[in-house]
Amino acid sequence: MPSLKTLIPAIAASVLLAGTATAGDLVSYKVVDYGIPSSLTGKAGDAAAGEKTFVNRKLGNCLACHQVTKLSAHPFHGEIGPSLDGVAERYEEPQLRLQVVNAKEINPDTIMPAFYRTEGLHRVLKNFKGKPVLTAEQVEDVVAYLKTLK
Amino acid sequence: MKTNWNRITLIAAACAVCVGVFATSANATDWGPYQVDDRRSGYTYMTDESRAMQVDSFQNPGMIWVEQGADLWNETNGKAGKSCASCHGDATESMKGVAARYPVYDEKAKKLQNVETRINTCLEKNMQAEPYKWESKEMLSMTTFINNQSLGMPVDVKIDGAAAEWYEKGKAFYYERRGQLDMACKHCHEDNAGGIIRANTLSQGQANGFPTYRLKWQKVGSLHRRFRGCNKQVRSAPFGNGSDEYLALELYVKWRGRGLPVETPAVRN
Repeated sequence: MPSLKTLIPAIAASVLLAGTATAGDLVSYKVVDYGIPSSLTGKAGDAAAGEKTFVNRKLGNCLACHQVTKLSAHPFHGEIGPSLDGVAERYEEPQLRLQVVNAKEINPDTIMPAFYRTEGLHRVLKNFKGKPVLTAEQVEDVVAYLKTLK
Repeated sequence: MKTNWNRITLIAAACAVCVGVFATSANATDWGPYQVDDRRSGYTYMTDESRAMQVDSFQNPGMIWVEQGADLWNETNGKAGKSCASCHGDATESMKGVAARYPVYDEKAKKLQNVETRINTCLEKNMQAEPYKWESKEMLSMTTFINNQSLGMPVDVKIDGAAAEWYEKGKAFYYERRGQLDMACKHCHEDNAGGIIRANTLSQGQANGFPTYRLKWQKVGSLHRRFRGCNKQVRSAPFGNGSDEYLALELYVKWRGRGLPVETPAVRN
């Protein structure tokens, strides 16, 4: 069995070698096949909380661009992004997670903001500097909610 | 095998009809002067009610600023004891075409001048008066009045010579992602013009109607105010009104709308 002394550098190295290591306070994650296989928090998100984050205009504000029939009680669904009806049937959880975390890993030219990223941004407004749009927990909640859209 | 020419002719004819149908449907609306090639004024994205409000000068709420500007034009201001009219005479003659060709490179100032910065240069240097504050009642009235003198004239800005550097700077700004939401101007106004974001239809972000009466503002506002609003919406630190960055962007955006008519004061959401 490897000793603790050999394990620590190994863990550090694996973090550095991860597909996309995010700096600062963000949890680092690994991109595999256009997806992030592991939960950012190490546990499954809460779909009910995710729906709230999804709708909240100061958080996900997802309806600004995407239409969701199940949420028709909320007015004004945008149309510039694809409808998310049935999105869970088209994508697996890791792909949904990467799409929320940083859609530019899939399409570098997309208008969609990266919801979990702080590096490489230009002239961020003071109040938002160094902060991702959503926390790791909120990302996982939104992913859990997206998985209900069948 | 014998070629069935009748059948081929029939298919070809059907295809021609299909192409014809698509071509017609793509150009379903004739926007007249409000569209030049693929460049569309914000006017074309508005409701019929807002369009009617804009074109009827008795209904257009922005005309109040035009009238206020006309009064200011003749008012003596500053230590030199002059009004705008003292040097520029009848604005309907002397200011005609200004909004169509501005912003311009000013050899003396060694920088790009838009209508606002030009007015303040005049106030300070020629009239020895206090410059107007940006978005003040005076500045909005004067710019709305001056730009209104070019109503209907096609936008025609100069981007060669000394202006070229500013044009390039403005273009780079337009395509540069910014803010926490990491979007460039082009993501909304080039890639998604005509698309719906929340309750709003995205336009091409043309500059030919400024100062514009925005229903949301309940008053007229400058182009730089709109730039600041856009930048803040993507959670990016805005630049100052009249900054070199926004002057350069103004030139580039005006160029994007070349040929579109000056609509000041346009009425928009």
